[in-house]
Amino acid sequence: MKARNFRYIRPSSLEEACRILADGGGDAVPLAGGQSLLAGLNMRLSAPKLLVDIGDLKELTGQTHHDGVVRLGALTRHAELLGSELIQKHVPLLTRAAAHIGHVAIRNRGTLGGSLAYADPAAELPACAVALGATLMLRSVVGEREVRAEDFFTGLFETELKPSELIVAVKFPAIQPGTAVGLAELSRRQGDFALVGLAAVASLQRDRIGTARLAYFGCVDRAKLAPAVSAAVRGLSMPLPDTSAFAQAIRQDLAPEDTAGLRADTKLHMATVLTRRVFNSLSQRATP
Amino acid sequence: MTDLLGEDELAIEATLNGKPLKRRVKARQHLADFLREELQLTGTHLGCEYGICGACTVMIDGRVARGCLTLAAQISGKSVDTIEGLTESGKLARLQREFIARNAAQCGFCSSGMLLTAYELVRSGRSISRAEIRDFISGNMCRCTGYHAIVDAVEAVIAKNAEKGG
Repeated sequence: MKARNFRYIRPSSLEEACRILADGGGDAVPLAGGQSLLAGLNMRLSAPKLLVDIGDLKELTGQTHHDGVVRLGALTRHAELLGSELIQKHVPLLTRAAAHIGHVAIRNRGTLGGSLAYADPAAELPACAVALGATLMLRSVVGEREVRAEDFFTGLFETELKPSELIVAVKFPAIQPGTAVGLAELSRRQGDFALVGLAAVASLQRDRIGTARLAYFGCVDRAKLAPAVSAAVRGLSMPLPDTSAFAQAIRQDLAPEDTAGLRADTKLHMATVLTRRVFNSLSQRATP
Repeated sequence: MTDLLGEDELAIEATLNGKPLKRRVKARQHLADFLREELQLTGTHLGCEYGICGACTVMIDGRVARGCLTLAAQISGKSVDTIEGLTESGKLARLQREFIARNAAQCGFCSSGMLLTAYELVRSGRSISRAEIRDFISGNMCRCTGYHAIVDAVEAVIAKNAEKGG
């Protein structure tokens, strides 16, 4: 199908973009990589009146690493998450996640900020941001504010982002020694959105799990932090022989609902299997 | 500026297949439709129109992209290459030879997109496993399911690259 009619504007600065969004009063929608937005427009799932193309704004690019914080511009492409040495070294979870996103043509265009703003419940990057404890920098005509990733995602395709705001950058804590990251997902076909996925950041003391931050995706309405599972796995030795120690905690944290084609108990089973798989993949990489 | 149907139009300046392009485009028109309908470059195909099938693959600033998930307006200031330009320049010649040698283009519908994606892969010049080739072209669907011959063709070009390099 073809998109409905809309107007298109390409502002030349971040300031101008913010002003257009403020004036647009909700009828204006930012366009970055467009890999979800334009698919939705072609299918007529949405019909904004004005697309504000922010895809070439220099202010939204760049990758820096200072004092243990990696700041990535909102326009960082998925292909850069895979290819950037700085990201591979300091935020390796993002590199692992990017390999699961769509296909090469999608990764060449899709952006970090776009994925977070779109907040698809099955997307990898929102879960990574939550698991890593990232902070989103939001900007509008009234100024800049910071929102923690775990507070940013509020529901199905819903976020804290106001129609007049843009994500300008995301700050990730750089990986610390003794910390391992893991990400896995179950999907029906290569490149499809996950039915169930898990992004994990865990400190390891030899073969024991210390503190862990886990964010599940695909099986619930948003990228969801799992505090009960984190508490349940604390102190467990790896490799985990079975799932008895944390299966109940997964049920408590996720409480998934039946959806078309996938029952809640199936989701829980998949999440449980995946959790053990992710932790045991961490143990393989743990250094003595 | 809007036309009689109320469609917003704007002027773009881009590079298409190495040549400068100045046109007015409809805001709502995606790149693949623009290429096919306004410029008669029909080698870029359209399948699903929501980014799944890969038939509309083009190159933007040297990297493969979906023609259906890019607006014509977005290419202003950028460089776009299509199957026509890359064929004419000879850049795809070796891939095309290997595709033809083993009938890797059956009905031909996926071939232009498949060739462009394969070109991005073989251009890197490094040695690439069969599994990596399959992963790399996984966003381009061949409904004749002639994947084996396609992977064989890409593998043959990579092997010949390696011979030359070594």
